[in-house]
Amino acid sequence: MNTAQPPAIHPPGRHFRTDGFDAGSFFFTGLTGLATFLILAILAIILGNVVWEGWGSFSWRFLTGGTERDMFSVENAGVLPMILGTAARVILMTIFVIPIGVITAIYLTEYARSGSLWTRFIRGAVNNLAGVPSIVFGLFGLGFFIAFAGQNLDRMFHAGAEPHWGKPAILWASLTLAVMTLPVVIVATEESLKAIPSGLREASLALGATKLETIFKIVLPQALPGIMTGGILAVSRAAGEVAPILFTGAAYYMASLPKSLTDQFMDLGYHVFILSTQSPDIERTRPLLYATVLALLLLTFTLNIVAIFVRARMRRKMRAAH
Amino acid sequence: MTVSEITLPKIKVDSARPGAPAEEHSSRAPLIDLKNLSFYYGRSQALKDISFFIREKVVTAFIGPSGCGKSTLLRCLNRMNDLIDGVRVEGEMRIHGHDINSPEVDVIELRKRVGMVFQRSNPFPKSIHENIAYALRLQGVKDRSEIDGIVEKSLRGAALWDEVKDRLHTSALGLSGGQQQRLCIARAIAIKPEIILMDEPASALDPLATAKIEELVLDLKRDYTIVIVTHNMQQAARISDYTAFFYLGELIEYDTTTKIFTNPAKKQTEDYITGRFG
Repeated sequence: MNTAQPPAIHPPGRHFRTDGFDAGSFFFTGLTGLATFLILAILAIILGNVVWEGWGSFSWRFLTGGTERDMFSVENAGVLPMILGTAARVILMTIFVIPIGVITAIYLTEYARSGSLWTRFIRGAVNNLAGVPSIVFGLFGLGFFIAFAGQNLDRMFHAGAEPHWGKPAILWASLTLAVMTLPVVIVATEESLKAIPSGLREASLALGATKLETIFKIVLPQALPGIMTGGILAVSRAAGEVAPILFTGAAYYMASLPKSLTDQFMDLGYHVFILSTQSPDIERTRPLLYATVLALLLLTFTLNIVAIFVRARMRRKMRAAH
Repeated sequence: MTVSEITLPKIKVDSARPGAPAEEHSSRAPLIDLKNLSFYYGRSQALKDISFFIREKVVTAFIGPSGCGKSTLLRCLNRMNDLIDGVRVEGEMRIHGHDINSPEVDVIELRKRVGMVFQRSNPFPKSIHENIAYALRLQGVKDRSEIDGIVEKSLRGAALWDEVKDRLHTSALGLSGGQQQRLCIARAIAIKPEIILMDEPASALDPLATAKIEELVLDLKRDYTIVIVTHNMQQAARISDYTAFFYLGELIEYDTTTKIFTNPAKKQTEDYITGRFG
């Protein structure tokens, strides 16, 4: 009988451990778990604190009321003007930032020679724009939009009269926010354009499509969800920002809602700042402050959810083809 | 094989203008005429002084090892190389006697007459119907029933109709690889080009799907002039009438496929087709 053993696969002494304890792996698993838990815990504490402190004053009357009677009174003050003001400036900003950002991204990915000095210069400028502190955007808005653009518009169309354009306004605040969020939209759009296989562009061009037809009919429809993601990120960033609108449009108090683009507006984020620093009695105003913060968080979530819902519908439609 | 044997040409080929063998298709008129064509990516030369002509309504195969310039030459024929920065063409490329590199040539119009099928099937992420309808709308066809008619005709032409007729309005991405490639062929023939360029159209497909594509190519040559780049020597032998062998950017030999595969004039060609290099 042939009893030849098959050759050993593993050299002696180098068997796989099956019962050992891998300290390194255990430690690292624990570390990553702990880091994740920390993030969740911080988020829970922030949200929990806001809800806990603000829920008592958070009512329908609070959400739909104004500040006509006393903006620091827990019983009487409401935040509707601020909700509308913040929503309006965010929506206006989106209208400005999406087209400019998308067109820039199209230029960078579809037209500019990749790797050329000029393209690298623009990319560098976009990255630097993303790193500028938001208060600097506020000062830029004041200097460029109000002092330069606005006052020149006044000189041309409203000579001698009260400043019409050359003063803080929701238009200028939205434009300032648009400049601030431009890098977010450009980068997100660029990523989604780059993710589209070049084979699709070639297929379209090889059928005799012009570059413009290819971009509008093949490339951009594919990139829409990515562009929406850029919009969502821009909205998230802009909704809670106060510094850029401080000098460019936000008002401490307004008796009525803004009626035109050149009116100032009340803003949720700025109102939180006012409640926490200008109140005659900080302790008594605190529940109102937290309720306002809660309203700001909910508004940001709502704007995001609407955008995410639109994007999901767009994706479904694309998958179903036409 | 010794050097003395290979220096003796086995067939008489005009060294300046190879490609005039007197065989079954020699009555076919030359359609694409290349004269001293050179092509550069930046400073590196990808095609060196290439001169030959491609006949009408036959299948011409470009073979050669990777990097020999066969795909580059194919993409010159519909000027897809225009999309790459820093390329330069020298020499003449005439289709029907018109130099397609001259500045007066409308590249869009050229590409409508010289269709292309790519190595990796690239259907648009739209419905099967819309993939072809898009090509037609680019041509200015707007009438719905006309579009529907051409969609059916093109899909029949690409031997795909029976497989997809019940799901024309579902996504093209749900098709198998071979079906996607035939859809790309349907899309290319929908706009009735004269020439169809195929860049290794079956290299990513399984043998069955490859056989279908090959059958289709043989079928299409009745109406179209086909230029196909392939790495698969058997494929070139099976489907092409003429074969051009390229090596390091040069056209080494161009003749009827029968001649190239049974009795090549150059030793390099013989070495390549017998698998001694490449």
